[in-house]
Amino acid sequence: MSKTLFDKIWDRHVVKTIPNGPSVLYIDKHFIHEVTSPQAFRGIENRGVSVFRPKQVVATADHNVPTINQHLPIRDELSRHQVSKLAENCANHNIELYGLGHPFQGIVHVIGPELGITQPGMTIVCGDSHTSTHGAFGSIAFGIGTSEVEMVFASQCLLQSKPKQMRINIDGKLGRGVVSKDIILYIISKISASGATGYFVEYAGSAIRELSMEARMTICNMSIEMGARGGMIAPDETTFNYMKGRLFAPKGDEWERKVAEWKKLCTDDYAKFDTELNIKAADIEPMITYGTNPGLGIPIVGAIPQTEAIPDENERRNLLKALEYMGLQPGRKLLGMPVQHIFIGSCTNSRIEDLRMVAGIVKGRKKSSDVEVMIVPGSQQVAEQVRKEGLDRIFEEAGFEIRQAGCSACLGMNEDKIPAGHYCISTSNRNFEGRQGAGARTLLASPLTAAASAITGVVTDVRELTKEI
Amino acid sequence: MKAFTVLTSTFVPLPVENIDTDQIIPARFLKATTKEGFGKNLFRDWRYVNNDEAKPKPDFVLNQPQYRGEILVAGKNFGCGSSREHAAWSILDYGFRAVVSSFFADIFKNNALNNGVLPVQVSDEFLAEIFKQPNDSTLTIDLEKQTISIDGTAKKEYFEINEYKKTCLLNGYDDIDFLLSIKDDIVQYEEARK
Ligand code: SF4
Repeated sequence: MSKTLFDKIWDRHVVKTIPNGPSVLYIDKHFIHEVTSPQAFRGIENRGVSVFRPKQVVATADHNVPTINQHLPIRDELSRHQVSKLAENCANHNIELYGLGHPFQGIVHVIGPELGITQPGMTIVCGDSHTSTHGAFGSIAFGIGTSEVEMVFASQCLLQSKPKQMRINIDGKLGRGVVSKDIILYIISKISASGATGYFVEYAGSAIRELSMEARMTICNMSIEMGARGGMIAPDETTFNYMKGRLFAPKGDEWERKVAEWKKLCTDDYAKFDTELNIKAADIEPMITYGTNPGLGIPIVGAIPQTEAIPDENERRNLLKALEYMGLQPGRKLLGMPVQHIFIGSCTNSRIEDLRMVAGIVKGRKKSSDVEVMIVPGSQQVAEQVRKEGLDRIFEEAGFEIRQAGCSACLGMNEDKIPAGHYCISTSNRNFEGRQGAGARTLLASPLTAAASAITGVVTDVRELTKEI
Repeated sequence: MKAFTVLTSTFVPLPVENIDTDQIIPARFLKATTKEGFGKNLFRDWRYVNNDEAKPKPDFVLNQPQYRGEILVAGKNFGCGSSREHAAWSILDYGFRAVVSSFFADIFKNNALNNGVLPVQVSDEFLAEIFKQPNDSTLTIDLEKQTISIDGTAKKEYFEINEYKKTCLLNGYDDIDFLLSIKDDIVQYEEARK
């Protein structure tokens, strides 16, 4: 019988199936961080059980860490307590921790792939919804809640019902100035923030095949923003080239054996999906969001929809509420609108390729004096690479502030917040009310758009600023 | 986990769609290392002006004493966004045992069930009907029969719940109890894969 990529991996990980109930799914890798793990550790301790397979767990501190002076004790007492609790829990349960000060520390979804921990065919979970990022390697990767973190601690398994499956095919060539962030913002704007709820998504098609691994990660990362459990892309030579030689990737004969196995991880020709969607790459333009969920996006040259055009009364009301929060009006264009902040970072767009993209635009230019620009590498290793390539000098000369690795203003849990009422073009993944700080107004866009707008101080179409891309 | 069988209660209406977990419990409250005490920060930024407990926003439903009860009724696509279980803990800690909506985000639904909070998914029409009821009317949720009714009217709807989750909730036991009971199967699976 023809199987999808998802079926192949899922079937191999089912320990048993409860009649009329979920399956017991075996988990290969479990990433944890300081925010969603303490209650789970407490939970298993209260039950008197220990972590079942500590070697399959990897920890880092990212959500709640400062991005300046990381060598000093954390100033905020609660954050300090949470981060030290993680260290204590990992020590007690024999879990490898890449905490603050460690050369591997960084956003959990950046470090897994860059260390070669994330591999095709695996089942991967983390108490964080953007775990879908790891699906770019052809793995089943999804976010879980803290009770589920506790389940995986206790048994290395989860109870899961098999989700429905959707394939999104993107074919053809991308236009100038259009990058993978625009692809995913385009898809979400078409199918809405809940359009893939209940589904696991496979991205396929010639436009996807041509993307680099890091670009693929950006797409899988935001699968959750359309409600999907996760997103995945079949592994290919691009995947293997990216992985080869990474610290925890298999070596020697083991590598050859694994690659041969991974090559079988693809959807069979006649496999059935519950839903299938076809998109022409040429239809996609640089995108930007104007509302308070990632589905409210438009081409950067476009206008915010008129509310009269929306037949459903609830939807109309929601849009008006979002626009009121954003201080925007139906029908207006965003192009040329002043912004006060630019945030370049998060597990969506903080990898070396993203930062190279930004450097390519700002090299030899200076930021507008009307904006503050914060650039936060996804990991210590990315930061190191930035220095090696001399990108840090380009950013400094442009007047950008470079911070240390962490989630930072993506969720505003540490001090990195956008002030109320201010506009921020952000390369992150969520524009919810208050996400970047109470009252902050987030416009999601690609690193190219963020970089171009940093130079001008207004919402800018990168294609207008430079002919070089 | 507390068992859930039949619940009759007044309800708190929140007819807003796409309520994400950042609204339910803003990120700055995620610094705790225990599960308790989140209730007072539920919908924090919708509840208070400038985060000031002395300044409740009078038009927000949790600040209106006429609306009370153990059931929260919310607009479509409730609980989208971040996977933080803190959202379910804050709802439970505030005193809700059930959330009614015409659509739930996946992770929230799981998180709620894992904490003994029942997500009841109803049709758009039924949801609209509930929102029309006066504030002293009650709803009855019967988990065994999988029904929700608007008391004093003939309006009643059947809701779906996974058979396994239902048994867990009715008995007040959770997934971890089950997984720990099948450890041998898990070890066997690991052996077979080597
Ligand atoms: S960068 Fe943002 S989205 Fe990614 S893991 Fe951190 S908080 Fe979550």
